[in-house]
Parts: sequence; structure tokens; C-alpha cells
Amino acid sequence: MSATIEKTDVLVIGSGFGGAIAAYHLAAGGAKVTVLERGPWLKNDEFEHDYKLGSSYTRIFDFVVGDGMSVLGGNCVGGGSVVYFAAMPRAPEFVFDRHGSIGRRMWPTSVSRETLDPWYDRIEESLSVSRQEWSDASYAGGLWAAACDHAGRTANPLAAAIDNSRCVNCNFMMAGCRFEAKQSLTVNYLPAAIAHGAEIRPLHEVQHLTRTPDGDYRVHYNIVHDEDYRLQNGSGVIEAKIVVMAAGAGATPVILQRSEAHLGTMPRAVGRYFSGNGERLNTAVLNEDKVAEILGLTRGGGDLPYGANAIGKGPTVASWDKLDGSLPEYSRYSLEQLYFPPGLGTILAQVPDATGPTWFGKEKKEILRNWKSWLTIFCMTEDDNEGVFGPPPATGNSHRISQQMLGRGNLSYRPTENTWHGWNQADADVKEILEKDGLAKVMPWTNDLVGAYTVHPLASCRMGDDPDTSALDDTNELRGHSGIFVTDGSAVPGALTVNPAMTIAALAERAVPHIVAAAQDKGIAVAYGAPAPAGYKSGRKGVLPLLKRKQLAGV
Amino acid sequence: MQTARRIPERRVDIGDEATITLEAYADTIVPGAKRWPGDRAIAGVSSDGGAVAAGALDLLRWDATGIHDGLEDLAGRANGHALAYAERAGLELDAAVPPFVALDYDDRVRLIQELTTPGHPEKDFWVLLSLFCNMAFDSAAHLHTAQALEDGHPGLTAMGITQPDTDGLWRFQDFGYGRQLAAPHPHTTHSGSPA
Repeated sequence: MSATIEKTDVLVIGSGFGGAIAAYHLAAGGAKVTVLERGPWLKNDEFEHDYKLGSSYTRIFDFVVGDGMSVLGGNCVGGGSVVYFAAMPRAPEFVFDRHGSIGRRMWPTSVSRETLDPWYDRIEESLSVSRQEWSDASYAGGLWAAACDHAGRTANPLAAAIDNSRCVNCNFMMAGCRFEAKQSLTVNYLPAAIAHGAEIRPLHEVQHLTRTPDGDYRVHYNIVHDEDYRLQNGSGVIEAKIVVMAAGAGATPVILQRSEAHLGTMPRAVGRYFSGNGERLNTAVLNEDKVAEILGLTRGGGDLPYGANAIGKGPTVASWDKLDGSLPEYSRYSLEQLYFPPGLGTILAQVPDATGPTWFGKEKKEILRNWKSWLTIFCMTEDDNEGVFGPPPATGNSHRISQQMLGRGNLSYRPTENTWHGWNQADADVKEILEKDGLAKVMPWTNDLVGAYTVHPLASCRMGDDPDTSALDDTNELRGHSGIFVTDGSAVPGALTVNPAMTIAALAERAVPHIVAAAQDKGIAVAYGAPAPAGYKSGRKGVLPLLKRKQLAGV
Repeated sequence: MQTARRIPERRVDIGDEATITLEAYADTIVPGAKRWPGDRAIAGVSSDGGAVAAGALDLLRWDATGIHDGLEDLAGRANGHALAYAERAGLELDAAVPPFVALDYDDRVRLIQELTTPGHPEKDFWVLLSLFCNMAFDSAAHLHTAQALEDGHPGLTAMGITQPDTDGLWRFQDFGYGRQLAAPHPHTTHSGSPA
């Protein structure tokens, strides 16, 4: 029977940052690489400007409602990089010294901002991350900067992986960028991986892993219908010597939970310590007269002084005044201007000073009339890693309700006092900045409908030094299951106080030489050392000296 | 611009009682103007189109939502809760329309607040129903956006969403104030990250 089973050297689950980066390097190094992606593979002209169910807006997203936490993630070839807003800041130094809920440093000793910097450099080179200029900031970002300045705060244009020469400021980034302005993995790592022989299979949803008699892994998948994800079109298996798990922090632990019956006991931290990156949203409704009078802003041409909620490219400006390592844990956060499209979160915005219900009804309709004058502020705080996954659903990571996007999952999240402390401080800060002199009225989004809400799920299968509170060692290998590596957001130990894509990607780059070494040990002919996907080599020069075999553990 | 769909759109048929009940529910989420004198579903607390005029029932009945098969049941439950609410509140309901429809706007609001309060055993259903009612208005999730705008969709129009270019894509040539508006944080790296 085994003669008929398909085999590959390295099987990668998921094609977002964690999967694409590993796939590229392993394929470029000579391994046979197969990538299974549960979502569809959209080409550029399929990225639509359309909110209709069934358009790219819903095809490439996965929105899983849990008990106390809802998670928005990517669901397509390219994963989160296709739906993200390309904000790519490095995590501040203090983040790596966080203790969180465990009373000791939660990151592995070998990972700090200093040791991660060369890997961040590689990502900056590979994804063309650049420091944005003030001239790149959207009206919403400019307004946020002006309000911060008026309140005596600083504000920065965000580092971003966007080619501004191609960007049309359509604010449809979440539906995929058809202009190739956003540096999604579909324009760098993935085509480079394919050029080196990697094979990517969309609509293949991995369910669980088993072992083969000779110690390899057998990966079991279902084929998902390309339009109605509630339907399945068969199943199959592939055997691999090495498995790289990068299904996302909402899915990787679920696959491992389902595999436990076959592979043996999983580390305790699989499916625990989930973090929503401490995220929290606030909606401000601007007083346009005050915007003109107090901030001196104007758009000319008869337009409102601000009134530009729809215009831009996600977040463009953030305030980092509270990213101060001398402050106590749970009181450090960034405040970032963000665009949130209609449909996905409008219902959670609450009416300031409501006399009736805050999220629906007459008064809610009135603030919807002022939607153009909304400014959304995204607070990334420090949470307590309090998310825990319950028993896995029958297939995938949720019970799918709608044909696409919407499902019900088994993540439970009960925010602790620490987490609430961070959220409350951030909310109060946003209010202080934006309500100063009557500029705006501000309310946080409600947690009462779908719980808290994260677009950056993390830490559900995290790395660390302590086997009791981390699922992975500091090489991203799953404890007790050699040959399984986890390289997605679930490996990040905790909230980062900034957008995490840069850190997820840098950790994946850092994990690659360890995966290569493990593959070599299993007899796979593979080498490490490929340049950036576009062929640039300066970043490679920075990390190659770190990779002498005897020093590998210290990378 | 619009990708051809291969699965034909299917909408479930629901009875008159369920329809008017769900219209009344949707109208409580995003209120609208009465469509005709004596319109019982629409409470009439707003002067222009709300969720119902935006097409809430079209969206709810579409099988893509996953809520379509439960609509009759939800309408029945809404009416059951309305009866119990009226009894508690000492209200006498007009028997000519379903109980939820017989409630006035403020009572409909209070009942939906009860049903969506964390801890209510049916909360998930009512939140889902509310979510889709709201989506009909704020994103016209049952219609192609550009076409909906062209046809004067009440929600997208009220929110001030502009028309796209002729190819159905949005582009904004003027997108920012184009000048520095705050001092950057002193500990910023050369590539624009926090130190």
C-alpha cells in the first residue's frame, strides 16, 4: 500500500509567512517541497473591489467566532500576507523580556531584539519594507498625527511593505491587492519557491498527522470546494520526512490536537497561551468643524476637512509614546490609525453618549451617516495569553456557518485583570487625544457580541525554554516530535505591542537553518543559503556568519 | 470586475409571518422609513431607508449566509420571546400581526438587548441575525457594491461611499495632507521601527 502513497521531502501546511518563507528556502536548497493550503489561489485580476459575499473579500478571509474571542485570519495562497495591511514594524526591545502570566521570561533566552535584528534585516530586504514618508500618509493617518501632536504626543509614519508608486489608495487591501503595490508573498517568496520546484496545492485542508512505520509523517487532508467551503470534495494523504506547520495561530494547534491520538502526547502548551496581541479597537466620530479650526486641516475642493475614512492604505501612522520599556508590563501599547472596512466590524462600533443601545438602533444609524468622518484607532497592548482551545471541531478549525469566511470555533478567552488594565489604559489614552477640545467623540468596540476581536492571533503553540509553558524549543521544533516545526504566528510567545507580521516572518527566517539541519539529519539533500527571493544578497551576508553549525542553537 | 459565479444563488422561501417578523427585527437593528402608510413591520422611527430597504431579507434568505435554513425558527422564537416580554411588561398585543411586530420600537429594542446580552442561551443566534441585518445596510453583502451604489442602495449611499472608476475599481489620487503633522518618536530606527 505504501508504494502508492505520495511522498515528499518537506510538507508545508499553510502558505502565509511561516509557510512561504520555509518553502522557498527549502526548495531553493534542493528539497522536494509540497505546500498544502486550505484556501483558494487567486490571481491578481481576481482581487475585487466588492463587498458581496463570494467576492475575494470573503473568499480569502477566515472569521472564526469563539467564546470570548473572534479571530480574523487569511484563507488563501499567501495567507495573511494577502489580506494584511503591510505594516511591518519590528517589535520593541522590551517585548522580548516580557514575563506575561508565567512569572519568568516567556521568550527563549536565545531570542532578543538584538539577536532577531539580522533576521528582521532579511525580511526588510525580501519584502521591500521601507520607512514611509509623511507624504505617503493617508488623510486618516495625517489626522491621527495632527491630533497626537495637538495632545503633546509623537506620531510616526509606519514602516510598510508597500510599493507606493503602484498604490492607488483604494483601501481594499483586505480583499487582496490587484495592483501589486502590497508586497504579499504572492509576489516574492511564493513565485521564487515555485521557480525552485516547490508545489503549492490550494483548497487542501490538513486535518491531522500520523506516523509511518519508518518514523516519517503522514499528512491527512480534505479537499475543500472552491466556492462553498462547507462542502468537501474528497481526501488524501502525503508522506513527508519533515513537516512545517504554518496554518496560522487559529488552526495549527487544532491540527495538532487532532493528531495527538496518533502521534502521542502533545506538549501541554499546544492550544494554550493563545494571545490576541492585546488588540482593541476604538471608533472616533470626528467633528469636522473642529478638525478645520483646531488642527488647521483642509482637503480643499469643497471636501470635508477630514471625511476621508474610505481613502488610504490601512494604517499609515502610529503613536509609540507608550512603547516605553521602563513602564510596567500591561501598560505599554501602540496606538495606530487603522482602516476597517464596512461589513467586518462596523456593527461592533458603539455610539458615544448613547441614550439607547450602543451598537444598533436609531443612534447607531446616525453615526453610520457620518461614516466618512470615522477614524479607527487600533490599540495593540499586552494581554495575558489567556486563550485556550477546546476540543477540535469535526474538520478544519471551525464549524463553518457561511459558504465562506464565517465559522464557529472552540477558542475560549476570558480576559484577565491585566489584559483589561492594558485595554482600559489604551482606551482612555485614545479618548484623551481625540476628545481634546471637542475634536471627536470616541467609543471602544463592544466585546459583548463576538467577544474580543483580533486580526493578529498569536502564541497558541509557542516557543520558549520551559517545556511546561512552551510547545516549541528555540529552533521552532515541536517538543517530543522531532521533524515537526511550527513557524507561524502560533510560535510567537506573546503580544508584541505592534503589528506582528514582521516578527512572524523574521522568526520563520530564523527557523529555516534549523529545519534544513533537521532535514539533512533525515537524509534529505538540502542546503541553506539562498538569497532574498528577488536575488538580493546583502541580508544573506548578515545572517550567514551566524550559522556555523556549532553555533546554530544560539541563532 | 465581477467574477462569474458557478453556484447559482439560491434563496429560501419563507412564510409571510416569518417575513414580517424578520423585517421588524431588521428594522430595529437599522431603522428605516415606513414603505407605505400602515406598514407594520417598519416602526417608522427614521426618515429614510434602513436595513429592510437595504435588502436585509434578500441577504438573510440567501443560502451563502448559512442562516437561511433557520429563518422560520428564528422568527418563531422572536415571536415567542415577544409574547413573554409583553406578558412581563403587562402589554396587550395587537393579534392582527405577529407578536414581535406588535411591539413598538422601544420595546423591540429592549427585547433585542435582552436576547443579545452575554449569557443569554440563544445569544449567538440573535447576534448572527443582527450581524447580517447590519451587513445588508453597511456593505450590501448580497449585491455587487458598484451596482448597488449605482442603484442608490440606501446604506452605502447614507455612509457616503463614492462611485468607483468606470472599470469598477476605486482609486483616490488625492489621498493625504502631504505634510509632516507630528514629531516622530525619538527612539525610531533608520528603517522606521520602534527601537
